[in-house]
Amino acid sequence: MTEVVVEERFSLIKAFKKIPFSTKAVGALYLVILILGLVNGFSFSRLLSDSLHLFGVWALFSLANVPSIQAGTGPNFALPIGIVNGLLAMVLVLAAGFTGMGFIVVASLVAIIFGSASGFLYGKLMNAVKGSEMAIAPYTGFAITAVFGLVWLSIPIRHPNMIFFLGDGLRHQIPLDYFRAEFILANFLFFEIFGLEIRTGELIVVVVACVLMWLFFRSKMGLGITAVGRNPKFAKASGVNVDRSRVIANMISTAVAALGVIVYAQGFGFIQLYDFPMLLAFPAVACIVVGGASGQKANVRNVVIGTFLFQGLMAIALPVFTRVLAGGAGAGIVGPIRMAIQNGIILYALSRMSKGGK
Amino acid sequence: MSRNLLEFKSVSKSYLENQVLKDVSFDIRAGEIHALIGENGAGKSTLMNILFGMPVIHSTGGFEGSIELEGQKLDIMSPFDAMAAGIGMVHQEFMLIPGFTIAENIKLNREIEKKSLLNTITSRLFGKRMKTLDFKQMNKDARAALDKLEMNIEEFTLVQGLPIGYMQFVEIAREIDKTGLKLLVLDEPTAVLTESEADSLLQAMKNLAARGISIVFISHRLGEITAVADRVTILRDGELVITKDVKDTNTLEIAEYMIGRKVSIEREICETRKFTDAEIALSVKDLHVAMPNERVKGVEFEVRKGEIFGIGGLAGQGKLGIANGIMGLYETRGEVTINGEPMPLNKTRKMLDAGVAFVSEDRKEVGLLIEDSIRHNIMFTSMNIHSEFLKAGLIDKKAIREHARKMIKDLDIRCTSEKQRTGRLSGGNQQKVCVARALTQKPNVLFVSEPTRGIDIGAKKLILDLLMELSSNGMTIIMTSSELAELCSICDRIAIICEGEVVGVLPPDASPTKFGLMMSGIKDVEEEVQS
Repeated sequence: MTEVVVEERFSLIKAFKKIPFSTKAVGALYLVILILGLVNGFSFSRLLSDSLHLFGVWALFSLANVPSIQAGTGPNFALPIGIVNGLLAMVLVLAAGFTGMGFIVVASLVAIIFGSASGFLYGKLMNAVKGSEMAIAPYTGFAITAVFGLVWLSIPIRHPNMIFFLGDGLRHQIPLDYFRAEFILANFLFFEIFGLEIRTGELIVVVVACVLMWLFFRSKMGLGITAVGRNPKFAKASGVNVDRSRVIANMISTAVAALGVIVYAQGFGFIQLYDFPMLLAFPAVACIVVGGASGQKANVRNVVIGTFLFQGLMAIALPVFTRVLAGGAGAGIVGPIRMAIQNGIILYALSRMSKGGK
Repeated sequence: MSRNLLEFKSVSKSYLENQVLKDVSFDIRAGEIHALIGENGAGKSTLMNILFGMPVIHSTGGFEGSIELEGQKLDIMSPFDAMAAGIGMVHQEFMLIPGFTIAENIKLNREIEKKSLLNTITSRLFGKRMKTLDFKQMNKDARAALDKLEMNIEEFTLVQGLPIGYMQFVEIAREIDKTGLKLLVLDEPTAVLTESEADSLLQAMKNLAARGISIVFISHRLGEITAVADRVTILRDGELVITKDVKDTNTLEIAEYMIGRKVSIEREICETRKFTDAEIALSVKDLHVAMPNERVKGVEFEVRKGEIFGIGGLAGQGKLGIANGIMGLYETRGEVTINGEPMPLNKTRKMLDAGVAFVSEDRKEVGLLIEDSIRHNIMFTSMNIHSEFLKAGLIDKKAIREHARKMIKDLDIRCTSEKQRTGRLSGGNQQKVCVARALTQKPNVLFVSEPTRGIDIGAKKLILDLLMELSSNGMTIIMTSSELAELCSICDRIAIICEGEVVGVLPPDASPTKFGLMMSGIKDVEEEVQS
């Protein structure tokens, strides 16, 4: 019996050693801030609820990186492509008069169609620039954000709750409460347990998406995509269509991102347009790298762990620092500190990317 | 003529436990053309790397023995030392800058600076790199070097767009221009040249030798060697076979020395198997493959069902291109029929669907997913082609585990378990995984390229025996290998490839001389033997 126990302890240490360093580092930071918060009078359930909330709205953005990384096109730094497609889907579906759950469902379907279509074109672009995907992708994201800035301005929608009060063009923020469409998923089967708020609808969407992604990478096509990412020559010699696999992976990636922005928008209660998608790719990539992914290898576990730690950290850092540092008086410094933490972790994650978070 | 310029004294070199040069001693006389010949892996390149103090030698523990130049022990630690000692080399790949003129290329990094007041001031102010150049003098020097080679091209022509033969001359001119050049090494200089270009190069070599510069001439072309060389040194498997005066020998003898009688793996089936009645499993006509360094230029052959067909030849001659081309891994044109069906080319999938499997010569780059498990590697191609090992569209771990375990047992793959990463396996076991993957496809035609490269004797024997067994069960096998002994041990017929074409097809018991001659591209072996 004692031997078995020893073995178990041993394997626990081994399991801990296996955790990528980036996960440990950010995990430790999360714990520090969590404890700091508890000491300063925050309730554990409050902090955990906030963490779960941001995890729910960010998970799909992070998940979108899995197919593109696995296919060898690197993290999807062109996440804004998927996001503008999701935004466009929401704007059109709102203008068409959908509200409530109907809005969410229809917008999601439209977002997936738009996302796949532009993902197809983006995949073709990735095939055309093989070898420099990581340099092209972020700028493709910036460019598409700028182009859609013009789209938001000139789109012929006249709904009074969507356009600027003066002049033409869509607003920077479209509140969803006018359309009875805010917190739809968050409130779906919402319940509280020991003060912990569980946004069931959001989590269901995330879990289903994660499970589907996990299953996909156990299917013939998913395995083929993985082989393309690991060794394109091997994949080609085994009869896998390398270029097509890369395109399919990026279609899925872009569609998931488009879906992600719908979950995001309902979670905060408004649609953000214009510059909003521009810099979203970086925290999303940081999430998955914190979870232990590299530029060549990623899985659903990386997404779940990484998104919870990174976004959870961002969620609790703001209230905790506000109380600790300023007690309300000098709250102005909290914003910069939060930005410093976020960008610091992003920078750290990007520097770890080639090593798989080790 | 008899004065020794350079002497190799019992030079040995090993990489880890792999001895690539064993006690090689020979000398090079002043003003002679000394040919160096040997199969791939015979040690020619290693010997030249030692002479030039290449980092690869010193980073792997240096070498044993010594090299003497004009009686003085040479201590060459880097290519710069070799240059200072008056040893120059023209590599197979040209090292020229296309956008520069011939003169600029010749003087590259040895530019002549102008001596003027302005130049002194600017160089004091901005450093030596800002000095202006004396193009007049540079052109003059270049002209002189080109004249020595009897080359009538203007020295201010851009290298860009020059015919390959001229580029070669520019490379040589650069070496000649270095003051105090005593020894020039030419590594297969004629391989890329047309016949007339090669002739003028050989003439130029003779002229240089007449001026007192010794030349080490590495070539596979026996005809060229007997035409220009004074002496020839033959290496085989890292050992010196012999150094002979060319006038005392002939192409036949050199070929025999080069190949040797080293059929060490016993041929178990003594009488040749007859396949004249069997149907044709694979027919290849006018096959051209654009594989870099292994270009195939119009190959034609037929293989009958159940036969083991060997493809041999020296590296870079195109033997590897054939299998890679047929499998659609490089741009290919020509006609390929499998079991009577004409096949579309450049479509890997179609070939695999037709029951053709391929074990690549490049295990790490093409043959394996080195970060994945043995079982994943074994099942992958079959899963992709035949949708095997799937249950309800998802991966069936149980079936994969069982199949992988069976393969591990059948092929004696030494591993901790079927879950071990293939990157962790030894070369021989990696090769077995590649073969297991190909067999899992249940192919009727199997291409294996370099199946025993870099693996130990035991694994080698197992793989060759396995191929024999597969063939006796009716599988058609096309084996490409650099090791002639290995081809002779199991193949029914062996095609020798030279310069992208089939020189001839020989039975495995043909004499080494014939193989040697064919590898050098001599087609009319019978005539040569008789004359």
